[in-house]
Formats: sequence, structure tokens, C-alpha cells
Amino acid sequence: MSVRYTEFHPRWYRPPMSVFWWAHRRSYLIFVLRELSSIFTAWSVVFLLLLVHAVSQGGKQYRQFLDLSSNPWMLALNVITIAFLVFHAITWFNLAPQAMVVRLRGNRVPRSWVSYAHYAAWALLSALVAWLILR
Amino acid sequence: MAKRRAEPLVWLLFSSGGLVAALLLPVLMVLFGVVLPAGWVSAPTEAHLLSLARNPLTRIVLLGLCVLALFHWAHRFRYTLYDGLRLKHLSKLIIVGCYGGALVGSGLAVYLLLVAL
Repeated sequence: MSVRYTEFHPRWYRPPMSVFWWAHRRSYLIFVLRELSSIFTAWSVVFLLLLVHAVSQGGKQYRQFLDLSSNPWMLALNVITIAFLVFHAITWFNLAPQAMVVRLRGNRVPRSWVSYAHYAAWALLSALVAWLILR
Repeated sequence: MAKRRAEPLVWLLFSSGGLVAALLLPVLMVLFGVVLPAGWVSAPTEAHLLSLARNPLTRIVLLGLCVLALFHWAHRFRYTLYDGLRLKHLSKLIIVGCYGGALVGSGLAVYLLLVAL
């Protein structure tokens, strides 16, 4: 009998695990929070597309969109969104050297440089975007 | 087989989406989500935003940001459901829901940024 790969190994014994396995340890909780940041990334895309739509519809819709955004609930949601986005960005840039091996004249560029380059790009792009919008 | 061949592609979309989302979304959400609605800075006129958004380069950057960030969400949320909520047995439904959602969102982004704007 050949042993075949199955996705769930139904014949093996696996101790049952709680749905709240991630609540028991700090590092697990941080892992799950980092995973949850993707929901706020998706919400940001929806929010920005709504803004683009409002702007394309004219001044009245744009003002309505600004009114909607200044609703306390909306402000609270967006503050939480920003917290998760920044958390995502920092963990992403800190992990970048693991995923990206940069070589210069045959030598590996130090890991910290790869992270710093990402942070520098983040700062430059943020400044550029803010300048383009607010000038 | 088809699933295994698609895996590197969706991972690539996930990782490039994670990068553009990290680089561009915080500043956009700080400005449009809090600073402008709260009135800390006077909001730019609609005409200024319209001319900025209609610039071909802005359209491409925004479209790339939207599409990649949505696929980043799809891939990461898929595994959040698998691991966080232990729903691996609903794999097919989750795959269709996540990547299907990202596809629909990308279609909307194409329409809003390239057709309706």
C-alpha cells in the first residue's frame, strides 16, 4: 500500500485545538493582529475608491464625502485603520531583508540596510504624496 | 495541479501588494481619513484633486495600488481564515470568496479610475 499525501491526514490523530489558540501567547496574538491588518488594507482601498468616485461626480459629492469622513464613527474607524496600516508597514519593512537578499559586488548587503532603504522610500513617497495633494 | 501552479502567482501578488500598501496607504489614509475631515488642514479643492487624479501616471499608480492591495488582502485573509479561525475544511469556498472578491474589486477599480474618471 502506498502512502499518499492527503491534505488533512484524516487517519492521524491530532489533538483538537481551540479556535482561540492565538489568545494564549503574546507572540501568537501579534501574529494574528498582523494577519488581520489585511482587512484594513482592503477597507483603505474601498475608501479611496469611494473618494475617487465622489471627486469624479463633482463638487457636491466631494463635499458630501468629506462630511461623511468627518462623522465620528468614520474617524474612529480610520484611526484604527491607520494604526493597522502602520503596524503592517513596520512589520513588512523589518521582514524585507529576510525575503530580499541584495548583493553588491558579490557581497551581501547588510540586512539593516535593506530595511533602512525601505523606510527611506516610505518617508520619501509619503512626503511626495502629501505635497502633491496639499500644494 | 492548477491550484499548485497558481500558488507562486498569488504569492507574488501578495508580496508586491504588501509592499505598495505599506508604502502608499498610510499617508493616503492619514490625509483623507483624518487630517482633511478633521479640518487640521484646509481640504484641497475638488478641481485640484480631479486634475491630479486624471493625470495618467496617477491613474496607473492608483490602479496598481488598488489591484495589488486587494490581492494582498485576498491572500492574507485566506490564511487568516485557515489558521486564525481554523476553517481549512472550507478551503474551496474561501478561495473563491477571497480571490473572487479581489477580482470584483479590481474590476470596479478599473472602471472608476480608467472609465468613469
